[in-house]
Amino acid sequence: MKAIVTVVGQDRVGIIAAVCAKLAEFNVNVLDISQTVMQGYFTMMMATEVSACNVPLAELVQRMDELGVRMGLSIRVQREDIFQSMHRI
Amino acid sequence: MLDQKDILSTLDMIDNQHLDIRTITMGISLLDCADPDLSICCEKIYNKITRCAKDLVRVGQEIEAEFGIPIVNKRISVTPISLVAAACQTDSYVEIAKTLDRAAKTCGVNFIGGFSALVQKGCTESDWKLIRSIPEAMAATDMVCASVNVGSTKAGINMDAVAEMGRVVKKTAELTRDNDCLGCAKLVVFANAVEDNPFMAGAFHGVGEPECVINVGVSGPGVVYHALQSVKGQPFDVVAETVKKTAFRITRMGQLVGVEASRRLGVPFGIVDLSLAPTPAIGDSVARILEEMGLEVCGTHGTTAALALLNDAVKKGGVMASNHVGGLSGAFIPVSEDEGMIAAAERGTLVLDKLEAMTCVCSVGLDMIAVPGDTSAATISAIIADEAAIGMVNTKTTAVRIIPALGKGVGDRVEMGGLLGSAPVMPVHCESSEAFIARGGRIPAPLQSLKN
Repeated sequence: MKAIVTVVGQDRVGIIAAVCAKLAEFNVNVLDISQTVMQGYFTMMMATEVSACNVPLAELVQRMDELGVRMGLSIRVQREDIFQSMHRI
Repeated sequence: MLDQKDILSTLDMIDNQHLDIRTITMGISLLDCADPDLSICCEKIYNKITRCAKDLVRVGQEIEAEFGIPIVNKRISVTPISLVAAACQTDSYVEIAKTLDRAAKTCGVNFIGGFSALVQKGCTESDWKLIRSIPEAMAATDMVCASVNVGSTKAGINMDAVAEMGRVVKKTAELTRDNDCLGCAKLVVFANAVEDNPFMAGAFHGVGEPECVINVGVSGPGVVYHALQSVKGQPFDVVAETVKKTAFRITRMGQLVGVEASRRLGVPFGIVDLSLAPTPAIGDSVARILEEMGLEVCGTHGTTAALALLNDAVKKGGVMASNHVGGLSGAFIPVSEDEGMIAAAERGTLVLDKLEAMTCVCSVGLDMIAVPGDTSAATISAIIADEAAIGMVNTKTTAVRIIPALGKGVGDRVEMGGLLGSAPVMPVHCESSEAFIARGGRIPAPLQSLKN
């Protein structure tokens, strides 16, 4: 199962490092990363593989959200299906 | 990998345009709960509902978390109680309503529908018992929703039931007077009611439905409104196309969530209801979509045409996005639940007669409308009859959910809170319909050819 991780917030040193380290802690593999700065905001999207994740997905969502709160960012983890179904026929 | 733009547009819809799944509704058949002994019947009903729906709320919350999309309501609909309770030796079904309420609270859902009777051609003894139990049942429960189907295209309109429903609405208002007549917000009078509607207050689990089923209702007026802002001044072809594309996306979300919920609960997936269901929140209004098409205020000339286009485009876009479409499927225009409708009604532009015209081209009917408290039962019955006639002739579902605001008049407001919102009291015609309603009998079913 794949999940999309979206990170939005003020740009600063160490965002990717912190997010990747946290994902590694949960045994989540990063498949692809793209990032950009939109309207002054750092915006990063990661495609990840969560099948081998060592906690239930709902918990991963919550823990990543907590990391976001600590870092002053919005970090979201959502199953990829939602985007696929909305934008692909 | 997915397009960045697509990902961001989905997030924007959820964060800023009120995109959500309005409801996951579990339909449960209670036909096997019939028993001559009322208390045994209640016990069977309670046990069956709490067994079938015990995981509904938990699964809903898990899906919300994993997909990152809010699922606003988790609800239950059951077989019309007039059928389930027909064998009971009792004069009142209030105890059954209380049982439904208790079961809903145990499961953690926020509404349970199915305190219903289908009487389009005539009433059984049990139907009369149910109808007469409605006012007390609405006053004695928090989460039970009642509905009565009084007409259909095949059967015509049961005017005896229509006359009685006027009185039932008034009595319900009286018994819930201290609560701003809230009971009436949980009572719908239908023509051509559908068996798989996931939306309240009119949901019930029809007899043609399986043992247990999951139906989903989506929402998204805010998303449509936002999409239309990007096509200002362009011809209606472009407007219709934009609405279709947006409806497709919204509905796909509903389909995904419905299939996932049904898999996790081990219950068959029924339908996605392609409805644009507004909320009182700013930016989640159907009226504002119509205004975005170029109307100064919803309710002015052109509103019916705008709504017809919107309703049709929503269906066309949605129908391809889901493998089973059903329920009410159309744009809802509940006055109290739509910030733009409230504003238009307060301004006096949106009046009852215009709303009635609008219901000819959209689902569902005169919904969440407050009228002066001194409106007679006969006038309410006549409003119901008009709306049922529209449904009957146009082969569509129509409904009336009307609140006689006791002690209040035009210019006052009824506050129901939450998703039910608040309704400005709207004027009704003061001329009497008493003799019309007193006739009783049935209005014959209409001809289905020679249509003009």
